Amino acid sequence: MTEALLHVDAIETFYGPIQAIRGVSLEVAPHQIVTVLGANGAGKTTVLRTVSGILDPEAGKVVFEGKDIAHMAPDQVMRMGICHVPEGREVFPFLTVRENLMMGSYTRRDSDGIAKDLALCFRYFPRLEERQHQRAGLLSGGEQQMLAISRALMGKPKLLLLDEPSLGLSPILVQQIFEIIRRINQEQGVAILLVEQNAHIALKTADYGYVLEVGRIVAEDHCATLLGRDDIKEFYLGQKEAGVRGQRRWKKRRLWN
Amino acid sequence: MEDAARLLQLVVNGAAAGCIYGLIALGFVLIYKATEMVNFAQGDIMMLGGFVAYSAIAHWGVNYWVGGLIAIAATAAFGYALDAIVLRRVIGQPQFAVVMLTLGLGFIFRAAAGITWGYDSVGFDTPFTNKTVKLGGLILGDDNLSIIAGTVLLCGVLYLFFAKTRLGVAMQASSQNQLAAYYMGIPVRNVFSMIWAISAGVAAVAGILLSPVSMIDVNMGFLGIKAFAAAVIGGFGSIPGSVIGGVFVGIVEQLAGYYLPAGFQEVTSNIVLLGMLFIRPQGLFAERMGKRV
Ligand SMILES: Nc1ncnc2c1ncn2[C@@H]1O[C@H](COP(=O)(O)OP(=O)(O)O)[C@@H](O)[C@H]1O
Ligand SMILES: [Mg+2]
Repeated sequence: MTEALLHVDAIETFYGPIQAIRGVSLEVAPHQIVTVLGANGAGKTTVLRTVSGILDPEAGKVVFEGKDIAHMAPDQVMRMGICHVPEGREVFPFLTVRENLMMGSYTRRDSDGIAKDLALCFRYFPRLEERQHQRAGLLSGGEQQMLAISRALMGKPKLLLLDEPSLGLSPILVQQIFEIIRRINQEQGVAILLVEQNAHIALKTADYGYVLEVGRIVAEDHCATLLGRDDIKEFYLGQKEAGVRGQRRWKKRRLWN
Repeated sequence: MEDAARLLQLVVNGAAAGCIYGLIALGFVLIYKATEMVNFAQGDIMMLGGFVAYSAIAHWGVNYWVGGLIAIAATAAFGYALDAIVLRRVIGQPQFAVVMLTLGLGFIFRAAAGITWGYDSVGFDTPFTNKTVKLGGLILGDDNLSIIAGTVLLCGVLYLFFAKTRLGVAMQASSQNQLAAYYMGIPVRNVFSMIWAISAGVAAVAGILLSPVSMIDVNMGFLGIKAFAAAVIGGFGSIPGSVIGGVFVGIVEQLAGYYLPAGFQEVTSNIVLLGMLFIRPQGLFAERMGKRV
């Protein structure tokens, strides 16, 4: 991956005195889907926030299309073409679905392009078109996730950051949404950085994967390879063997470092 | 018949006073919804707006409408700067710190106004001063009617702004979910400062509309206490609610002043406020959904 779209280089990110990210590096190539797996609290959300400029890293670089964006403000980062679908969807509850979508294009001024992208979102998620005049707070969890993804698409991203889109959704809905995520990637050529606890669906959807534990990358490989690895199966796919789980985890971690 | 006319007159007078409370309350609510700060200096900002209009119209000899616009613009700019320079720094601090800060700012504004314009009551001529219209058997003052008309007009403009313009919707969005607004690339800090500007501008309008009815003086900002009651009655979060709450307080106050023994008028707003807090603490127009989903 010599011509990476996004290159995250040894970032360290803090919340006050607490260091959440301890030197993470990763790359996303154009048109690629890359996933970062990790348990709750591993630092997945923090990595995405650092990329999108909500948080500034204390050390390291975030290079997007050859430019260091680590210390840019979020609106500048958006204008560069990185749009963020936050954890927990974070829709604007009292705005209508349509108004939510228009907020996704706040940094844009090309009204023709905006209208085109609105039609595109409605094509991917017809449910949103039906409900475009309803308040977003009244949508179901799945519909809110669709709205959050569409709202990010309205920013015309080159890179889409997706934070746990499977969270709190039924397995069938997760399947549907990931199917559309894959279609968006293929049909629109949008690169995607997807962080997930649901390793199963993430590894099936993505091309390349990283495993994050307590702020560090402890493994990376093509998703097909990761899917076949025993340690990944055990700790992230839930196919654990009975017994000495804690000990084995410790050993594997030593191997990784 | 005479009683009915009398009553109607009281209602109109009360509604006019209530509009002023409502406009100040609207400023409270806009700022509260956006930043969860309660700005106790809102009434004093109205006072500053009134004095600037006075300077423009009575001293520089500018026409009433132009002078009014100058005062509104200057006060709005002042509100923007106030947030950008001072209040932005206390976001996230305990509510107590914010309360003390805005109360303190109120003191400073009153002192500064006293030094600049003196402690005497002043006034300026308006197109509505000392004029009346006859409606049937009713004699209504242009001053009161202009307050009501101005408030309705301003509310209409604000409604269109918040519902139809991109910046207005972005202000709503930033108030509902600040983090998500950051994710959308909305410059949230500037948007909040602009909300302060609008609140201050609305307060200036209130000060100007009030000027044919009552003189401008350093302590006129204490009206803010009644506006506070209006905001609470309106649910402290609802913009139409705050204006309706203001009108309600204004009318009850007028009626109390006429039908109840002397002294009641001044405390009516407090009694209404207390009653409200006992009976329906969420206000008349509380939004039913939580702020975050
Ligand atoms: N706003 C915050 N303030 C302080 N610490 C935080 C904050 N958000 C997250 N953290 C801490 O940073 C670490 C990583 O969190 P996060 O990135 O949210 O993990 P994940 O998304 O993988 O669940 C955790 O230890 C968490 O407690
Ligand atoms: Mg997270």
